[in-house]
Amino acid sequence: MEAHSSEVFVIGLTVFFLACIIGYYVVWSVTPALHSPLMGVTNAISSVIIVGAILASGPQGFDTSKIFGLIGVVLASVNIFGGFLVTYRMLSMFKKKTKKNKGK
Amino acid sequence: MSSNMVAILYLISALLFIFALRGLSHPESSRTGNIFGIIGMIIAVFTTLMFKSVLSYYEIGAAILIGGAIGSFIALRIEMTALPQLVAAFHSLVGLAAVFVAAAAFYDPVAFNIGKVGSIKVASLIEMSIGTFIGAITFSGSVLAFGKLQGTISGKPIVFKFQHLINALIFLLIIFLIIFFVVNQSPTIFWTIVVVSIILGFLVVIPIGGADMPVVVSMLNSYSGWAACGIGFTLSNNLLIITGALVGASGAILSYIMSKGMNRSIINVVLGGFGGEQDASASKDNSDKIVKQGNAEDAAYIMKNADSVIIVPGYGMAVAQAQHALREMGDILKKEGIEVRYAIHPVAGRMPGHMNVLLAEANVPYEEVLELDEINHDFPMTEVSFVIGANDVTNPAAKTDESSPIFGMPILDVEKSQSVLFVKRSMATGYSGVDNELFYSDNTTMLFGDAKKMCEDIVKSLSA
Repeated sequence: MEAHSSEVFVIGLTVFFLACIIGYYVVWSVTPALHSPLMGVTNAISSVIIVGAILASGPQGFDTSKIFGLIGVVLASVNIFGGFLVTYRMLSMFKKKTKKNKGK
Repeated sequence: MSSNMVAILYLISALLFIFALRGLSHPESSRTGNIFGIIGMIIAVFTTLMFKSVLSYYEIGAAILIGGAIGSFIALRIEMTALPQLVAAFHSLVGLAAVFVAAAAFYDPVAFNIGKVGSIKVASLIEMSIGTFIGAITFSGSVLAFGKLQGTISGKPIVFKFQHLINALIFLLIIFLIIFFVVNQSPTIFWTIVVVSIILGFLVVIPIGGADMPVVVSMLNSYSGWAACGIGFTLSNNLLIITGALVGASGAILSYIMSKGMNRSIINVVLGGFGGEQDASASKDNSDKIVKQGNAEDAAYIMKNADSVIIVPGYGMAVAQAQHALREMGDILKKEGIEVRYAIHPVAGRMPGHMNVLLAEANVPYEEVLELDEINHDFPMTEVSFVIGANDVTNPAAKTDESSPIFGMPILDVEKSQSVLFVKRSMATGYSGVDNELFYSDNTTMLFGDAKKMCEDIVKSLSA
């Protein structure tokens, strides 16, 4: 598989622009009240960069590249777990309150 | 696993991410959305682990466990008032991760199918260095934003001579370094790009003041997306490109909404320095004007006799952690049959949606929390506006005084309600350094003190 022929790049570019347009419309439909959770989710999903880090950590043995990859995996994991959890915490506060819950 | 299978699984994962964002269009669908996001991430990670070249499961598993434990610990422990700095800290990690992935690809191009050491394809080198550049800026910019939000570093904008010229020159230097890097593929130049980009990230955020942080945090959110995109192009990975573009677009739109909320262009915010030097003359002429002061009992009396109250919270409420006491006050008023609603200005707080989360934390039903456009026309029919920890976003000078630095900024028309209660620590000006003429108005009562204490005292007087 020959990555990075010019076709691959053009396909990437196509995907990129279409994704930008989808992002544009989807994000405008987000209600302003949920802009903080939006940041939490985008934070978590941008850590999908972990995919690249896993590939770098893949080979057996230890070399520079693998160490960088593993550091990348750790950093991205902090974000993935942290981002989704903090978003979960925020969103669970936005539950409909049928009865007034007293206390915290 | 065949490469087609991989592509399909990545596609599913990308679609799930889009649904995750789509879910946020309403609080009721948002939780399902978050679960979609989590499933998408699990699919992406496991698909990658199935690659033939990925063999070191123990090391990777350990790395995920370590990172996951740290992330979970922080996310579960963090106070909701500290959300903005948490988000900034997380952004810095995405940036740093991007740098490390790019470095890994540079040192072992074979693993990523982009050539051999010393003869990496030109396109990959360009994409790699752009990813590194954006990642490094995101990293250092976010670290500085974190410091400013946390209070470790002064929130005051730091401005010095030739700031923009220096930034522009550094940017040019980075472009030259990238060209140089593409030509001779030297590791030294790679790390020079990293270091210089880190410096640029600091310099870009340093002139931006505390209350501009909603824009900065959104912008860094956007950058972290573009960094992921850059890496996506390097690895020819559509999932990374799509996700990066979604995040990039999201951050860009939030930045746009925030700067519009301040009637400033993004460029203007980025160049920074706003509100640093206060124009002393602006506040002078008001020194002899009379301010009507009140205490908690007065406030309780005024609100008890009203039919409708609109509460306008600002960053001061977050600082004082007053949201719970405020909600209690609202509950008592509602029990008295008074209509209580909350009005949120787009730039209230230190990150987009900051106030909404704090009110939700205090169990305020989200139906009672309204945005500027939804509630602004209701102020003339409202008896009492209760402004707590906000200032500039209520300043009528934004509509009337063309010379005011905040002229043109959309504001909440609290001055149109019959009476205004202002909870404030002192007469100090808001972030913009502009005096608020509303303080001296006949129908305004100033309630000086800590926001939380004041709410608690009002609650006491109301229940007495």
